Amino acid sequence: MELALDILPQVLVDGIVLGFMYALIALGYTMVYGVLEFINFAHSEIFVLGAFVGVEILLLLESTGHLATLHTAFVLLLVILSGMLVSGLAAVALERVAYRPLQRSPRLVALISAIGASFFLQDALRFFESLWRNTFYLTYPTLDVLDKTVPLGLNVVVPVKSLLVIVTALVALAVLYLFVNRTRLGAAIRAVAQDPDTASLMGIPVNRVIALTFFVGGAMGGLAGVLFGLHYSLVNPYSGFFPGLKAFTAAVLGGIGNIPGAMLGGMVLGMLEAFAASYLSILTDGAFGAEYKDVFAFTVLILILILRPKGLLGEKVREEGA
Amino acid sequence: MKVGLAHLGVIAYIIASSALVLAFPQSVLAFLCFEASLLVIYHASVDQTTKFCLGGIVLLVLLPLLGSINGYYLEIAIQAGIFVALALGLNIVVGFVGLLNLGFVAFYAIGAYLWAIFGSPQANHFLPGNLFPLSSVWFFPFLLLGVGVGALTGALLGLPVLRLRGDYLAVVTLGFAEVVRALVNNFDKPINITNGPKGITPIEKPPLFFQPLLEFLGFSVNPSTLYPFYFYFIVLFIVMLTVLVARRLEESRIGRAWKAIREDEIAAAAMGIPVVRMKLLGLAVGASFASAVGVLFAAKQVFINPESFTFMESIGVLAMVILGGMGSIPGAILGATGVTILNLQLLKGLSLWLNSVRQSGIVLSIPLFGDFTLSQIPAQFEPAKYERMVFGLILILMMMFRPQGVLPPRQKRGH
Repeated sequence: MELALDILPQVLVDGIVLGFMYALIALGYTMVYGVLEFINFAHSEIFVLGAFVGVEILLLLESTGHLATLHTAFVLLLVILSGMLVSGLAAVALERVAYRPLQRSPRLVALISAIGASFFLQDALRFFESLWRNTFYLTYPTLDVLDKTVPLGLNVVVPVKSLLVIVTALVALAVLYLFVNRTRLGAAIRAVAQDPDTASLMGIPVNRVIALTFFVGGAMGGLAGVLFGLHYSLVNPYSGFFPGLKAFTAAVLGGIGNIPGAMLGGMVLGMLEAFAASYLSILTDGAFGAEYKDVFAFTVLILILILRPKGLLGEKVREEGA
Repeated sequence: MKVGLAHLGVIAYIIASSALVLAFPQSVLAFLCFEASLLVIYHASVDQTTKFCLGGIVLLVLLPLLGSINGYYLEIAIQAGIFVALALGLNIVVGFVGLLNLGFVAFYAIGAYLWAIFGSPQANHFLPGNLFPLSSVWFFPFLLLGVGVGALTGALLGLPVLRLRGDYLAVVTLGFAEVVRALVNNFDKPINITNGPKGITPIEKPPLFFQPLLEFLGFSVNPSTLYPFYFYFIVLFIVMLTVLVARRLEESRIGRAWKAIREDEIAAAAMGIPVVRMKLLGLAVGASFASAVGVLFAAKQVFINPESFTFMESIGVLAMVILGGMGSIPGAILGATGVTILNLQLLKGLSLWLNSVRQSGIVLSIPLFGDFTLSQIPAQFEPAKYERMVFGLILILMMMFRPQGVLPPRQKRGH
């Protein structure tokens, strides 16, 4: 057990970082589900797009020599904001092209279109990068500050990049929470989520609110993408699949359609996964190792659906056809 | 029987396209024309018996004959057949019952590993007695076993989620497929059951039970030239069987119950249809198709590893069903054949062509852009690698412009 306790702080940090990442992505799923009641399958590609915007800007700055001269805080802000903007706009475009024409169709139709959009975007990104750089596996340039560590006492050191993820995510989540709960636009989103028809009777432009929801959810996904790239360095067009699925699991875990639920679900799932990755092998004496961490998230998903389908904080899951 | 113009036309088309393949045995286009003859037969305004006979001649006689000229055609036919059977299985789940199963490949994998583990020395790692590989005669019992195991896992998976909304089922089946793949990928320790990412080989092929007969008749055929034809006929048999089962189910009480659930679940329940039990049955039947085809796939490939059972395969089969038309058996067949040919022939052909263009060193002068040497096309850009884009486009475009598919199911109007 000595060994198990030694790695505990590291596991906690990993879990928190993962948790915030999942929480940010899960917001996109949960907000869209709130207003349209459908799974935006292509959200994982919106997330990856953010990561690619980040790496492209950094590589561009590096090639012009500005990466060394500009202040790191400015570079980070630039990368994060442009990632959010591009991802948000892409999500709006996606809604306009692939989902809005299908609003009156059965839900299965929209879901299949979303899956198609997800696959199409993966290869479109690959196509673009193959023509542009002749490779689609990209590495983030190193920013020296991010690789430093901060001592927190008790023999615990935290890398700056983990702190960056945690702080940025906290700010974004707080801003989003205030936006949804304290502004007129946020009230419009909540109204459409509750009842689109009545909202429209009250003079709310439902389609514009839906587009806004896609923008906000997409921007959160893009932010997660940039943070993912800064933290783990390697990105390729297909790296959104697992984070996307797990974030969806997090959204269901918290209660789909519920914004605080998505944050909570992301955190719980991130922690569970970090603990599974580190302790599964110790607990089972080496028989099952960290390679089962992906399976772990899905097992959690199936268990929640059996035991508490409305999630930790969710409302009742409406029955089919209701 | 009256022999009309339509009969002559169809027969002329078959003869012409076969002759075209004979004249240009390497041409993709010629073979496409020949493949289209099945579609021509299906759509021709001739009676059922004639369609049946002509289809039989094309599939049983002409295709194997052409396959003996260019073996690759036989390979394509076998692949297409495997996907037709898979698409028919998924068509039951998605098309008849209206449940979106995104993890269909999991059942395929279960069937494939079922035969791979016991039809190769692999099972000796965890069972005592050095009994394995089982002799090839066991292939057929395992085909049946595959049906049973597939049905069981399909039903077990459906049990926890069927009471929830459809979207949840989609994600849970997807998750299940990833769990299966991860298990297969990692179960080489603590006990070596699946041999992990290295995969399993050599897997026993089906038994050549008719070889003594052939020898008795005076043919001495090399088994390696015989196997492609043998597999072709096994696949053809299985496809026929699945078509028959799917059709009989569609027109039965069960099939009508499925469609009622698809159209309106609450009304179906009010009519006394046991909704959950019927959905479970649909999932189980679909899964059993996939699992049986998996057994066949393992025997055909001789080597399998987890790479063959990714999410993309599930989406590929879904794209086939959607393209052909959800709930339509001819549609599923057309979709599966079409997408397989697209992948195996058209995209690969385009890749080869692009490579030759690259090497030719031709310089294009585009106004405004200046000169562009064709060898500058980046090597990373290869159409054959863009399956996902093709599947994605098929799904989006079909949903937008023709959600009922190319060959939609015929609606029987009762009122």
